[in-house]
Amino acid sequence: MNAPSITTTSSQDTAVPSRFNLGAALKDSAITALITLGLSIPILSYKTEQNGSDLFLRSRWELVAVICVGVFVLRLLMHAFLATRAARQAVPGPHQATEPVHAEPSAFQHVSKFAIPMFLGVALAFPAIIYLIQGSLNESRYWVDLGILILTYVMLGWGLNIVVGLAGLLDLGYVAFYAVGAYSYALLSTTFGLSFWICLPLAGILASFWGMILGFPVLRLRGDYLAIVTLAFGEIIRLVLINWVDLTNGGAGISSIPRVTFFGVPFTSGDDGFAALFGFDFNNMHRIIFLYYLILVLALVTNFVTMRLRKLPVGRAWEALREDEIACRSLGINTTNTKLTAFAIGAMFGGFAGSFFAVRQGFVSPESFNFLESAIILAIVVLGGMGSQIGVAIAAIVLVAGPEMLRNLTFLKAVFGESFDPNEYRLLLFGAGMVAMMVWRPRGLISEREPSVVLKERKAISGSLVKEGHG
Amino acid sequence: MRWQQDPVLDVQHLTMRFGGLVAINDLSFKAGRGDITALIGPNGAGKTTVFNCITGFYKPTEGMVALKKTDGTQFFLERLPGHHINWKGKVARTFQNIRMFSGMTVLENLLVAQHNSLMIASGFTFLGVLGVGGYRAAEKKAIERAKYWLEKTRLIDRADDPAGDLPYGDQRRLEIARAMCTDPVLLCLDEPAAGLNPRESLELNELLLSIRKDHGTSILLIEHDMSVVMQISDHVVVLDYGTKISDGTPSEVRNDPRVIAAYLGVDDEEVAKVEAEIGA
Repeated sequence: MNAPSITTTSSQDTAVPSRFNLGAALKDSAITALITLGLSIPILSYKTEQNGSDLFLRSRWELVAVICVGVFVLRLLMHAFLATRAARQAVPGPHQATEPVHAEPSAFQHVSKFAIPMFLGVALAFPAIIYLIQGSLNESRYWVDLGILILTYVMLGWGLNIVVGLAGLLDLGYVAFYAVGAYSYALLSTTFGLSFWICLPLAGILASFWGMILGFPVLRLRGDYLAIVTLAFGEIIRLVLINWVDLTNGGAGISSIPRVTFFGVPFTSGDDGFAALFGFDFNNMHRIIFLYYLILVLALVTNFVTMRLRKLPVGRAWEALREDEIACRSLGINTTNTKLTAFAIGAMFGGFAGSFFAVRQGFVSPESFNFLESAIILAIVVLGGMGSQIGVAIAAIVLVAGPEMLRNLTFLKAVFGESFDPNEYRLLLFGAGMVAMMVWRPRGLISEREPSVVLKERKAISGSLVKEGHG
Repeated sequence: MRWQQDPVLDVQHLTMRFGGLVAINDLSFKAGRGDITALIGPNGAGKTTVFNCITGFYKPTEGMVALKKTDGTQFFLERLPGHHINWKGKVARTFQNIRMFSGMTVLENLLVAQHNSLMIASGFTFLGVLGVGGYRAAEKKAIERAKYWLEKTRLIDRADDPAGDLPYGDQRRLEIARAMCTDPVLLCLDEPAAGLNPRESLELNELLLSIRKDHGTSILLIEHDMSVVMQISDHVVVLDYGTKISDGTPSEVRNDPRVIAAYLGVDDEEVAKVEAEIGA
């Protein structure tokens, strides 16, 4: 644990270039660019093209030039970055020298004070902001839809955060509860005609029931084994949904699920519709904006309850379970019940989100609940920083909105040619981003833990002390 | 002998086998109420196994572990489910290799120890989430109790630091404070003085004596540090190869030839004599 102090002293001994040596950096960058040139001549400079029966070579020297210049500039930037960082590290701050374990509160920590009210404000005003930017309701549809999608993932991330982040139980099948919630609403509303507001709590209860059913067999499992069983559970639910055709209509899914109503008032153009009742002109966007606020409220409820639970004995027991299960047992904590409540409450929020999904889409099919969904939700939690609410929200925005934004990078066609479609590289960039994140912030965006109770002074707990749990 | 008249813990014919290995062989001993009982023995004698049987981490193969409270109620610890041993049986323990909740603050560690009573106060979470009921007052009381133990273990200044940041000696004391927050009848300490310097083990002695004096908690401890064992314990039980070889006051045990033999080994002459006796 005291290793950092050793490294700071040793870094003074080694010859660290305290100033950026431009000449050497330029030389090295030029060499790198030359190597790139050498490599790209055989690979990139000519392309075979077929025109009818003729095969001919097309030279692409401009592409080679772009890449070489790019490599040169990047290499130069890397030198500049490393030199400044080395210079900064060569002189340790007094705090760093005496207390290596106490990392300074990170930039994120400072930002989060302003960030939370700002995020909340932006989230609340989002439809209005988009309306002002786009100028009309219909044109803002894409953005509000994107907002709904992001908030759904924020909510799912927060729900899974209870299981993975707080209790330290690795759950790869979280999408199963999302599916249970969605199908609960779909079936209850189409079969019995129950309204959304009755189905929402029912979906939550059913999902948490399934959470406990999953919980029982996996109580004794840890780590990789737990992950595999939860993964299997997610697949079982999906396969049951596909194959139990009598109940779920199989792969065709359930369609014409009743739309959401404004507490009983439907969003229709008729006389008893929302628009007529409140004296608006009918617009389909009213429903979308209502859905936006619905998921915002659901997500905030999830957050509120989680924050509350963290300060209650059950929340502390979850975190203690993540830290050391044996010590928990020696202190009289019933680890079985504690694990089951974590699964059940996490699953409940997944169920809420699922029934929202069903009411928003008006159609559910097993296709929506594949493993990739689980993986994305888990990625959101891990990238955000396990246990950190704001980190999970940021990660959800980045992971859901980021790939979506790539669709708009049409200007890249000017560089890579007309046939270049940035959309095809979405997953590649997604993966590269994850790798980069894990290199620079291996414990997630916000790894510090906030203590749940304070005697005198609130200190953030460095992520290096917080355990990830063993499942 | 207090441990004969008023035992808090009565271990009878305890046997623990792991496959063919007999870790504890027909062990019977008693720990007196209000006594500090030391369990000593060479490495691998089975001391920690005895602890694990008492605190429910192992289910003994044979035998009985009875805990008697002052009101006459008796718990058979080997029959209780693991978490009830602390909550109902009021037996708390520490670990040989410290088990802190290292990512939680010192104060949080002590609140986790009061989980069950806080759980009831929060209406098993249902009332607590809604913010009704007496949870707030109960939490305040729990914090007061934690503060008491932090002051007693001189950790009050580090209350808001993560437990993993504390130096080793502080972590040892914090583990004792955490165990004491569960308000135990019997406190089992697994090598509490391991890794402490002489000054720290002296402080530990004082802490243990004051725990016994002020709270009436009986203490059962495993220890290699003879300065701790001989100075503070009232009763010493010596184990070797899973069997009890000696049982008595510190001075009796110190002069017991079998104990000396187990710790220091015996002369070759004596080995030859014993071999002659048994005809080997």
